[in-house]
Amino acid sequence: VLAAEWPKDAFAAKSVDETLKSLYGNTSAAASNEIKIKAPIQAENGAVVPITVSANMPNVQAISLYVEKNQFPLVANLNCNGAEGYFSARMKMGQTSDVQCVVKAGDKLYTAKQNIKVTVGGCGG
Amino acid sequence: ERSTKTAGAAGKAAGNFYDVPPFGNVTLLHMTDCHAQLMPIYFREPNINIGVGEARGKPPHLVGEALLKHFNIAAGTPEAHAFTYLDFEEAARRYGKVGGFAHMATLVKMMRDSRPNRTLFLDAGDTWQGSATALWTRGQDMVDAQKLLGIEVMTGHWEFTYGAERVKEIVEIDLAGKIDFIAQNVFDTSFGEDRVFTPYVIKEVNKIPVAVIGQAFPYTPIANNRFAFPDWSFGIRDEEVQRLVDEARGKGAQVVVVLSHNGTDVDLKMASRVTGIDVILGGHTHDAMPAPSIVPNKSGRTLVINSGSNTKFLSVLDLDVRGGKVADFRYKLLPVFANMLPADKEMAAYIEKVRAPYKDKLEEKLAVTESLLYRRGNFNGTFDQLIVDAMLAVQDAEIAFSPGFRWGTTLLPGDPILFEHLMDQTAITYGAATLNQTSGEQIKVILEDIADNLYHPDPYYQQGGDMVRVGGLTYALDLTKSHGQRISDLRVHGKPLDAKKTYKVAGWASVHPQPETLKPIWDIVAEYLRDKKTVKVTEPYVPQLKGADGNPGYTKI
Amino acid sequence: MARQTRMRTKSQDGATEILVLVNHPMETGQRTDPKTKEKIPAHFIQKMTFSLNGKEVAVADLGVAVSKDPLVGVRVKNAKAGDKVKVTWSDNKGETGEAETTVR
Ligand SMILES: [Mn+2]
Ligand SMILES: [Mn+2]
Repeated sequence: VLAAEWPKDAFAAKSVDETLKSLYGNTSAAASNEIKIKAPIQAENGAVVPITVSANMPNVQAISLYVEKNQFPLVANLNCNGAEGYFSARMKMGQTSDVQCVVKAGDKLYTAKQNIKVTVGGCGG
Repeated sequence: ERSTKTAGAAGKAAGNFYDVPPFGNVTLLHMTDCHAQLMPIYFREPNINIGVGEARGKPPHLVGEALLKHFNIAAGTPEAHAFTYLDFEEAARRYGKVGGFAHMATLVKMMRDSRPNRTLFLDAGDTWQGSATALWTRGQDMVDAQKLLGIEVMTGHWEFTYGAERVKEIVEIDLAGKIDFIAQNVFDTSFGEDRVFTPYVIKEVNKIPVAVIGQAFPYTPIANNRFAFPDWSFGIRDEEVQRLVDEARGKGAQVVVVLSHNGTDVDLKMASRVTGIDVILGGHTHDAMPAPSIVPNKSGRTLVINSGSNTKFLSVLDLDVRGGKVADFRYKLLPVFANMLPADKEMAAYIEKVRAPYKDKLEEKLAVTESLLYRRGNFNGTFDQLIVDAMLAVQDAEIAFSPGFRWGTTLLPGDPILFEHLMDQTAITYGAATLNQTSGEQIKVILEDIADNLYHPDPYYQQGGDMVRVGGLTYALDLTKSHGQRISDLRVHGKPLDAKKTYKVAGWASVHPQPETLKPIWDIVAEYLRDKKTVKVTEPYVPQLKGADGNPGYTKI
Repeated sequence: MARQTRMRTKSQDGATEILVLVNHPMETGQRTDPKTKEKIPAHFIQKMTFSLNGKEVAVADLGVAVSKDPLVGVRVKNAKAGDKVKVTWSDNKGETGEAETTVR
């Protein structure tokens, strides 16, 4: 399973739903408090936005990250086979957007999101 | 109410004015945001400092009469002059200049003498930037002045604009063993997250362990030249503050202080979310508040204090620590009136020495002002108006943008504008004057973004600066609206702004790297001033405000 | 020349974070070279495979929205000091890289 091809269609999809369908064949993700997102509320640099996802439910099989307002929302997808439900990366964001994390566990999908603001800045006290 | 009592009527003798009876057993002395002002100056407090949402009408969003009334300060007193813009010119001539490190040093010594062996002196930052000599010595004049003044712990914001290497050099060499530079919220992210500075210290004061947690300005990489410290990440990180408070208490701290460069509104929110902090000694938003805000939270209360700017004030917080905790307090925010405090000889000699090599340059007379020149305020000041006027004229631009910095000193009508005064408004490490082709659409986005940084109802999204100053452009701003909806009726020299058209826009202080061939902003403004010889700016441009009427943070001049 | 691939582990409360940093441009294919005015072709890491003592434990699929110089972290449970962790990666142009370390 892990040696599968790079999921070209999922990365070319223009919506989160389309991506989910392509990656997991399922679009019904339930909001879950078991997913913890650690990310800034305002990006210090839209080109490098750190995010860490911890999924505390059992049997996590995959974690995918999305910037909803990017042209192609899927940022990365982690397939776990022994690793914990944990994934950290740094993302490019063109503008303020919700960031969504979808976790596949026990063949079900769970989701959580957070808004990250991208601003021009440049003033100060 | 104990802390809002005022020291008395105008003309009171210096001895009485600064006679603050000691109380309790631990005294925290605090200054912040001096912006490298070593010399006495004038500094006019704002007439527009609007609070929206929960912050409306509450400190620090009070100006003029509303501020006096709230804090029970009599009009016509030295305090009324220190804390407000009211009758500024007349009062400034009566009470004279404020600040100066030599006068501050005398006041600090007075407080230390009256409270022997029980003071801790904290500086919340924005100390190494804001003057010509600070820029030209890369902060060294201020670092040495801090040591001489006896600062014991500090955190930072504009300090970082000198770049990661310079900051580390100062912290590791100059400050070693003398001043603790603390910041719990600065991490090197080049490979994971590694703390750059000591997050907190525990100091024994009068045998009482006092923990001080450092909180650097959370949005430094957004508001300033991130390219000078590309690997450093900041942020508010209040869960981590809570962890450190608990850790310090666990180690026996009986007083827990956060030395913060969050800005007052962010401090107020942090105080409501984190428990176990006795006092937040803050800076960044330059709010001179005569009394602390007392913020209740889950397991107690936190005092939130902000101590103004430009070496104009010293906070004196007496704590009565009994039974392992803070039982009571007294607080005074003392204005530093240079005429009421003799200059400390040692500090005065140091300042003269450090300025000597630059004297001729500093004292070049560029022009004379016939009107009051100041900066501070949510939208504009007369000095900023002068800067955008100069940018339009010298750069031959249609529109000029000048950043809403809160530092920058004041000149009275009739004063010469020396090169030093111009540098007080502009001395930054990334001061290149830029000229760009910018679309109408982008101009609107920029204004909306900055307005949101100022008026976002959630303080954790506020960056603590003021609105960008504009030349050639007029607009309306609706305080009741949200992001993207606040700005309307944009006009360029009277004509409606065309979203599709590109405009020639002059700016400075770009937070992105610029070519070295560009002139610094002070050269542009100096050229304008030398040419004009005398200037008069009576009315700084302020946008048409909607939703500001009746706001105690707003007075129309 | 091989691109620098670095690895570091951090253990806390029975879990070990494996952190990988690769010097890689992660070109999106959307940018234009300011000098030549030509499109810069996409060039990005697509796969990153993590293994613990020779067994694959996670595979990350990355797209062009992952930042330049990717820093990617995964976590494993019950790793002991001295255990071997390895990462290999490959990009869309066929370049590959790897790094190995032991759990601290
Ligand atoms: Mn400041
Ligand atoms: Mn500041």
